[in-house]
Amino acid sequence: MCLAIPALIKSIEDKEAEVEIGGITRRISLWLTPEAKVGDYVLVHTGYAINILNQEEAEETLRLFAEITKAEEEV
Amino acid sequence: MADKILLAHGSGGKLAHELVEKSFVKAFANPLLAKLDDSAAMDFSGRLAFTTDSYVVSPIFFPGGDIGKLAVCGTVNDLAMSGAKPLYLSLAFIIEEGLPQDELNEIVGSVQKTAQEAGVEIVTGDTKVVHRGSADKLFINTAGIGIIPQGVDISGDKARPGDKVILSGTIGDHGIAVLSQREGLSFSTQLKSDCAPLGSLVAKMLEASPDIHCLRDPTRGGLATTLNELAKQSKVSVRIEEAKIPVREEVLAACEMLGFDPLYVANEGKLVAVVPAKDADRILKAMRENQYGTGAAIIGEVKAEHPGRVVMKTCLGASRIVDMLVGDLLPRIC
Amino acid sequence: MKFITEFRRSELAGGLISQIHRRSKTSVRFMEFCGGHTVTIFRYGLRQVLPQTIEMVSGPGCPVCVTANADLDKAIALSRLPDVIITTFGDMLKVPASHSSLQKVKADGADVRVVYSTTDALVIAERNPTKSVIFLGIGFETTAPTIAASILQAKARRIKNYYILSVHKLCPPVIRALLDSGEVKLHGLICPGHVSAIIGSHPWEFIARDYNIPCVVSGFEPLDILQCVDMLVAQVENGESKVEIAYRRGVRPEGNREALKLIEQVFEPCPAEWRGIGEVPDSGLRLRKEYQTLAAEFAFDIEPEPAYEPGGCICGDILRGVKTPTDCKLFGKACTPEYPVGPCMVSSEGSCSAYYLYGGDFGG
Repeated sequence: MCLAIPALIKSIEDKEAEVEIGGITRRISLWLTPEAKVGDYVLVHTGYAINILNQEEAEETLRLFAEITKAEEEV
Repeated sequence: MADKILLAHGSGGKLAHELVEKSFVKAFANPLLAKLDDSAAMDFSGRLAFTTDSYVVSPIFFPGGDIGKLAVCGTVNDLAMSGAKPLYLSLAFIIEEGLPQDELNEIVGSVQKTAQEAGVEIVTGDTKVVHRGSADKLFINTAGIGIIPQGVDISGDKARPGDKVILSGTIGDHGIAVLSQREGLSFSTQLKSDCAPLGSLVAKMLEASPDIHCLRDPTRGGLATTLNELAKQSKVSVRIEEAKIPVREEVLAACEMLGFDPLYVANEGKLVAVVPAKDADRILKAMRENQYGTGAAIIGEVKAEHPGRVVMKTCLGASRIVDMLVGDLLPRIC
Repeated sequence: MKFITEFRRSELAGGLISQIHRRSKTSVRFMEFCGGHTVTIFRYGLRQVLPQTIEMVSGPGCPVCVTANADLDKAIALSRLPDVIITTFGDMLKVPASHSSLQKVKADGADVRVVYSTTDALVIAERNPTKSVIFLGIGFETTAPTIAASILQAKARRIKNYYILSVHKLCPPVIRALLDSGEVKLHGLICPGHVSAIIGSHPWEFIARDYNIPCVVSGFEPLDILQCVDMLVAQVENGESKVEIAYRRGVRPEGNREALKLIEQVFEPCPAEWRGIGEVPDSGLRLRKEYQTLAAEFAFDIEPEPAYEPGGCICGDILRGVKTPTDCKLFGKACTPEYPVGPCMVSSEGSCSAYYLYGGDFGG
């Protein structure tokens, strides 16, 4: 459950942000993530940012997948 | 002229005649319509294709088009899917009283422009005006006639194992463009409806090879529903590959946000062709040379096993069923 | 799309699948609690690529499926009141209640509007000051804080015609109830990713500690679920049971404190009726006294029709992981997505719907 999609914050006004996902833009609420900044990626669920996405962890996870792929090829 | 359409405009009296002559006949200028007889009389030789459609899209103006353009494209495309050269259209308006004249004029202009591009004439029509609340601004009904060239026999039951499945371009553009305007779901996008008349594309395809087995335009219900219809009619299975299906990033993003699957989102300027494998590359090349087929791609093939089913190979290499659309596409949170 | 497409790359899947096959020696049963995970698993055919040692079973983490008929009957009764606009997430529109559905009452003339967000419902309330706008609050801990925020926004903007019918539910209590029932033996739990984004990973610790079941919090893309299964397999083969976060880009162990504060401010736990499971203590959310004027069941006098469960429907057993959709006599015959008998078939992430639309364990 809980469809939430990563979106990039382009601008913030009060507790609302304009976010962009794959070329479409939408206004969303930052009531749950008041600390979010322009340039952050947030997870958007029903028009609210529910968490700030940790970009470093995302890259780290992908690196891990690449390592596993390499390791399994060698096995 | 009045600035709003009134009930009187549909009653057959002076106002109605003025509307027809000043708005419709002038715009669609052709000798058959100008006669304003109860029906248009034409000569034909050959096999006729005949279709009818009704258009109730809301909002009536959307990015990339309006209900008028949609009405012409939809009708022309239905004819083209039989391989026919579209020739004549009928056009019936059911107008909700209070529709601004400007809006009607703009829609009529769209109809004319699109008809001109598609090479068809509006030869007969009808106008009714209904009470406020009885129609959502404007409904349009059409019928269309075209001639099927000799030697062309295209039908939904002609897909055969070994055939290739070609899609003429990106899916989901129309549905998402329309949705972006709807209350409660709005988002901004550069995306436009793909609404387009495909007669010229089909003509080019037939030039490349007259032996096309099936043609269908994936309108309501999307690509998934259309492929299921073909699979059932032809009693075969259609196998497609997810990675080969072209989808614009904005369509994917909107679908992700709202919980839709692009396979089920409506298209109004695309077609699916099922063709013999030996002709596939030639037909594909011809499609890509037409403005409405630049993004064409072979997305799958026809097999004998599991007749009536559409099966898709996912990005993990596994297979899953793709069923028809059930009811409406509804945005979801889960 | 950034942070989505990268986690669907097929060239990274092979390595994970191969590692799972290599490491998995013990026969295990893993449950994905969350309906969103069920959808990904079926949509990408994940079950087909896993080894025979791993059996997957779907759990009751579908807020639509677990909403009891009696609760939806309240929404339907409210929709029939004069000058009422029901606003709802699209998921609930076609769900069959005891005698009708929101879609059916809409066709009969009730004002029922699908919205993507409570912010849209607030706008509808502002634009229709003479009507009462009632929002049907379904969802777990991911959604509850957004409804809480909408209530605070209504207060701040002095919107007096906005109400909530809260049928929100909490996940940890129902998982405990499920495990206590002993009906299904599990060797691993795929924990819900976005619920955990709000509540963190600590609330799942009781599962590892008291029931010795490995837990991994997973994201929703196919590579995420493969990574999660791999981590569960590793725990099983090492004889461990602990809570790990695979979905590290989306979940912090402490969760989202601001969101938890909002839930705490507006809601309090209460008993809740879960379809197929019964009443589970402290597993629902109701508005606190200070906000009770916005609670639809207090603001409006309604007499819902007596609750009725259709015979033959085994949604309850399927939600608990005890039966599969193909065990149901109605599946695919009397019960289809076009004519659903139970919510598992009509919910976009219900098990029955997933089986029907994606072909279940179709391997062809």
